[in-house]
Amino acid sequence: MSDTILTVDDLSIATTAGTTVLDGISLKVCRGEVVALIGASGSGKTTLALAALGHLRPGLVPAGGSVRLDGTQMLTAPQTVLNRMRGQSAAYIAQSAAAAFNPRIRLGDQVIESALLHGSQTPDRARARAQELFRYISLPTPERIGTRFPYQVSGGQLQRFMIAMGMQEEPLLLVCDEPTSALDVTTQVEVMRLLKQVIADNQTAALFVSHDLAVVAQIATRIAVMRAGRIVEIGETQQIIEAPREDYTRELIAACQHLSLHSLTQAPSRPSAAAAAPALQVQGLNAGYGRVTDGIPQIPTLRGVDLTVGKSEIVAVIGESGSGKTTLARVVAGLHAPAAGTVALNGSPLAGLDMQRTGTERRRIQLAVQMADTALNPKHKLRRILGRVLAFFHGLKGAAAEARMRELLAMVSLPEHYLDRYPTQISGGEKQRVNLARALAAEPDILICDEITSALDTIVAGQIVALVKRLRDELGLTIIFISHDLATVASIADRVTVLRHGRVVEAGESAAVLSAPKAPYTRLLVASVPELRQGWLEDAAATRAALATELETSRRGAA
Amino acid sequence: MTSVSASKRPSPTLLISIAILSIFVLIGLVSLVALPQDPFDFITDEPFRPAAAGMWLGSDYLGRDVLSRLMDGTRITLFMALSATLLAHLIGDTLGLLAATRGGFVDTVLSRIVDVILALPKIIVGLVVVAALGSSIPVIIGIAAVVYSAGVFRIARALGNDLKEMEYIKLARSRGEGMGWILFGEMMPHVGKPLATDFAIRASFAILFMSSLSFVGLGVQPPMADWGGMARENLGGLSTNPLAAIGPAIAIALVSIALNLLVDSLDGDARH
Repeated sequence: MSDTILTVDDLSIATTAGTTVLDGISLKVCRGEVVALIGASGSGKTTLALAALGHLRPGLVPAGGSVRLDGTQMLTAPQTVLNRMRGQSAAYIAQSAAAAFNPRIRLGDQVIESALLHGSQTPDRARARAQELFRYISLPTPERIGTRFPYQVSGGQLQRFMIAMGMQEEPLLLVCDEPTSALDVTTQVEVMRLLKQVIADNQTAALFVSHDLAVVAQIATRIAVMRAGRIVEIGETQQIIEAPREDYTRELIAACQHLSLHSLTQAPSRPSAAAAAPALQVQGLNAGYGRVTDGIPQIPTLRGVDLTVGKSEIVAVIGESGSGKTTLARVVAGLHAPAAGTVALNGSPLAGLDMQRTGTERRRIQLAVQMADTALNPKHKLRRILGRVLAFFHGLKGAAAEARMRELLAMVSLPEHYLDRYPTQISGGEKQRVNLARALAAEPDILICDEITSALDTIVAGQIVALVKRLRDELGLTIIFISHDLATVASIADRVTVLRHGRVVEAGESAAVLSAPKAPYTRLLVASVPELRQGWLEDAAATRAALATELETSRRGAA
Repeated sequence: MTSVSASKRPSPTLLISIAILSIFVLIGLVSLVALPQDPFDFITDEPFRPAAAGMWLGSDYLGRDVLSRLMDGTRITLFMALSATLLAHLIGDTLGLLAATRGGFVDTVLSRIVDVILALPKIIVGLVVVAALGSSIPVIIGIAAVVYSAGVFRIARALGNDLKEMEYIKLARSRGEGMGWILFGEMMPHVGKPLATDFAIRASFAILFMSSLSFVGLGVQPPMADWGGMARENLGGLSTNPLAAIGPAIAIALVSIALNLLVDSLDGDARH
């Protein structure tokens, strides 16, 4: 494959303030080749991918070198040339399809929009091409689905529309920025398979940005490992995952394997304390939205859910989006009133809403949520965030509070001087640590972690999981760990409860459930966890297809 | 981020508006201590005498010194506008944020009351209330405060609605925090700037509203006069001493423009 599509030559990009973001990057992408850019957040991988489209985010300026796409200098090309090239020569597939589509314009019109703007296809030709693409990427009823609005299709389908939009004008280069990170594991398999097929069939060149090595290994021909604006290592996929040369690459691979189901076999199984004295017991829980009749809400999200958590146990609740796992967390925390069923703390039943619970009850159950960005008030310094909880629950003030805050920061491995920082001045992983520290400040018995690692990259997520485990071991906390990601859960949970469509499909010791899953849905989940080996994607897609019928019947039976 | 905007050089718009406003505040303060003439004394027999030495803006329809009355009116106008706006914000901000956080019944009742207030023409409301209670400075301030608190309520409620979806608010509530902390501890730091911007523009509305009331004769009663009142009482002398009517009109315009410029520059800062 000699015909080079994209040539990046000694590219440097800096902020207007002078901080280097990319430092001397050289890279070539040929026809039919997928080059993956992998690295932690802040490594410059998205900046590099966007530079291939001739786009620099505000506040960034080129500091040297060049980007050539099919012979055009992308960084110096005038806007009119760039406008014509985007869509025709290079297309972009964004991470969040939900944010990329205009919610008030029909999907079909959005897919063909750029072709019409460029005048490269007649309206009839464009619509025919779009339909052909919809059929190709297995969207249901390809003739009619284009008339739907973005909110009328699922997240996975929306991501497929984005692929269709990218392929509409058969571009030479496809830039994919974490295209599956926002999807459930089971959906991710399907979208990945399609993307791989699309790229192979059209002989498109692709830049694939991701923080997940296991995902990248399935699709990339070559992998470039990035760190702090430089390419640490670049090589064939097989060489990178089997014989990495650099320490940082090995670290990435280790983080990836730590979060795989294989770690399960090494985890010593703890004796279940649930039977003896459950710290938290949820029985026959119904919850949802709308008017409640006979204990069943109009739009139910939880139906007859039981959950028992023993003292100092970590129980994982797994399920994809819409399975009701976050509602479960909110009901336990008292943020959402249940329609029927009971939540009991150490044997004594709790009131449904936080306002009816006593101060001690509220203190003993603490919730840490996914988006640390919205969980911490950006206008408060960490001192105020932690101090308020200490003053509120324990009446701690002055020097005593100060000492306790330092202790809390030490517990989550943050330096003391962070007390004077605002949440906007610390990284995503650090925010999640503060989030945990605030929950700990209340000295809870039960800590609910709702998707706390989902917004973090692999290495940082691994550190947070390790922290949660350490907190359990040191403080004897009882932890409900909610996640859509089996791999994260496998390494720490004692027991697992799998939720689907608001019902418990399977529950038990995590080693048993994850190594020999009984319910078809759990089997699908287990098969969908990305593994760091080539060929996994094809296996997973096959399992998915095999289980599809079984799942459909089981759902109909349940409903 | 706060440190960056603080160290930044203030924009010329901001400087101009602050300069104009400071001059008027200064005049208002000076009028408490000393005035060129007694504003209520008939210093000449000749109404609408043109400007002359010792009577820099001429005399009004009763032969009083326009400059002195204008300075005296500055104090009255600014005091009334500021206290009305302050009251409007105290009522509107608190109730607006409360309605947003509480939701449900409280929100519905407050919002419907506000709809009613907004639907009524302001001047007519003023007319009816003044007819019932008589015209005095506290009554006028009260009317302006209530009438404008409805608009403030809408803004505060919208800001609060965005904020209450934030997890830190939900977590604070689940912790059992009282309304006081949630409104003033968690929400206020976020809404301070937009509400300050609203305060400035609302103050210029209040000046215009109270001037209109005075202009139709329902505002501050003679012999005291705010700017609107002065513009009205001297309307007859436009041909002989136009400054008597136009002077206060210019003052109203200047303060309104300055407040709008202030809003523009505050708004520009808020975007960074």
